[in-house]
Amino acid sequence: MLSKRLIICLDVRDRMTTKGVKFKGNVDLGDPVEMAERYYHDGVDELVFYDITASAEGRPIDIDMVREVAERIFIPFSVGGGIRNVDDMRRVLLAGAEKVSVNSLAVRNPEIIAEGARAFGSQCIVLGMDALKVPETDSVPSGYEIVVKGGRERTGIDAMEWAKKAEELGVGEICLNSIDADGTKEGYELNITSMMSEAVGIPVIASGGAGTEDHIYDVLTEGKADAALIASMVHFGTHTCQGIKDAVSSRGVRMRMKWS
Amino acid sequence: MSTPPSKTAIIDYEAGNLTSVQRAVQFLGGDGKVTRNPEEIRSSDRVIFPGVGAAGSSMESLKELGLDIELKHAVESGKPVLGICVGSQVILDHSAEDGGVKGLGFIPGNVVRFAFPEGVSRKIPHMGWNQVTFKQENLHPVFEGIESGTEFYFVHSYHCQPEDPSTVQGTSVYGEIEFTAALAKDNLVAVQFHAEKSGPPGLRIIKNFLEWNPS
Repeated sequence: MLSKRLIICLDVRDRMTTKGVKFKGNVDLGDPVEMAERYYHDGVDELVFYDITASAEGRPIDIDMVREVAERIFIPFSVGGGIRNVDDMRRVLLAGAEKVSVNSLAVRNPEIIAEGARAFGSQCIVLGMDALKVPETDSVPSGYEIVVKGGRERTGIDAMEWAKKAEELGVGEICLNSIDADGTKEGYELNITSMMSEAVGIPVIASGGAGTEDHIYDVLTEGKADAALIASMVHFGTHTCQGIKDAVSSRGVRMRMKWS
Repeated sequence: MSTPPSKTAIIDYEAGNLTSVQRAVQFLGGDGKVTRNPEEIRSSDRVIFPGVGAAGSSMESLKELGLDIELKHAVESGKPVLGICVGSQVILDHSAEDGGVKGLGFIPGNVVRFAFPEGVSRKIPHMGWNQVTFKQENLHPVFEGIESGTEFYFVHSYHCQPEDPSTVQGTSVYGEIEFTAALAKDNLVAVQFHAEKSGPPGLRIIKNFLEWNPS
């Protein structure tokens, strides 16, 4: 039986993992490569690295970091946050990442999804999206609007419509982050997560809001997510991957068990 | 490893995450080289044939680069050969992907798309960690030390259906379909999952492969 995945996200700035609440007030947490290795040995299923300033500063992703990660951990990981074109994707994949993640780039230029999927296969292309809860309107019928620039800029695009369009363009997976829940530790946005997971035929990774094992259990069951993305829970040392997996699997959700 | 590292040729046919395979080999102390040079492939002690992507484009690149012939040589020479993911599929006779593709035919059988029974709906590709049940008797040395039921990382929409059940080393289940996850025939071993991205048990398989000397 296919296991549900537990994924850890590392936001990286100048070769330092950081974490903020609602994209404000970031604190430095440590070297991303060392942290990745620690989580690998703790049994995480997958890792995500976001270069949170590359995009704003218009510079490419830190390829040396990607290479070092690939030398030390042997599970899939994706890289996002400074991808400008197919060449950037190629560099990241050749450096050893399994997947690349695009977010605002795909909003500006949806065709990048199709180009990436053609060049490397759909399984390599992850669409990250930040969804904001808004009143339901004709242009945003789902009540969830895509925002970019760390939540600072609204796009007027309906999150559900964007997900379906991206799937048609060839994206292999969607990482759905709730701007409202992100960093709150009060639980995932279950409503949009389950809606999206049912509407598309590709895996949906839930992101934003995890604070307890119960939140993860809820999003993998009621939220119908294929994977749960966490950050604060493990970054601040309050939880371990193994502990989370034990708690979630004891309630009947299949998780990958640590191999000794 | 106790013996000097043997030379492992990792076949470069623009079809996958070759660096990951090379990193895994190097991490284990092996001497892995990504190559498409026929002489290097012939002088290597063992061959890894990785893959990501589609069977059609993979076969096309292999033929264009003359690597289909090199792989045939390698398999016939008796040296250990490991196919991964698409590399485990194109070694069969035929794949249904891309409108039908003729394979290398090292192991008799076909590659088919996941077709779930009525009322069963699952996402495709089959992506993520899934358990592999290994056979209990006459298990191939490359899978030694791996407990049956261990999870490996898969990404695929098609799966192998070998004709001879004795070539099946391990199976997995997705959407109520039991499919072949690991194959072996003489000096040829193949896994549908990405051993290079499957954590410690995946590395163990690659290590076993690097140390395996078929008699």
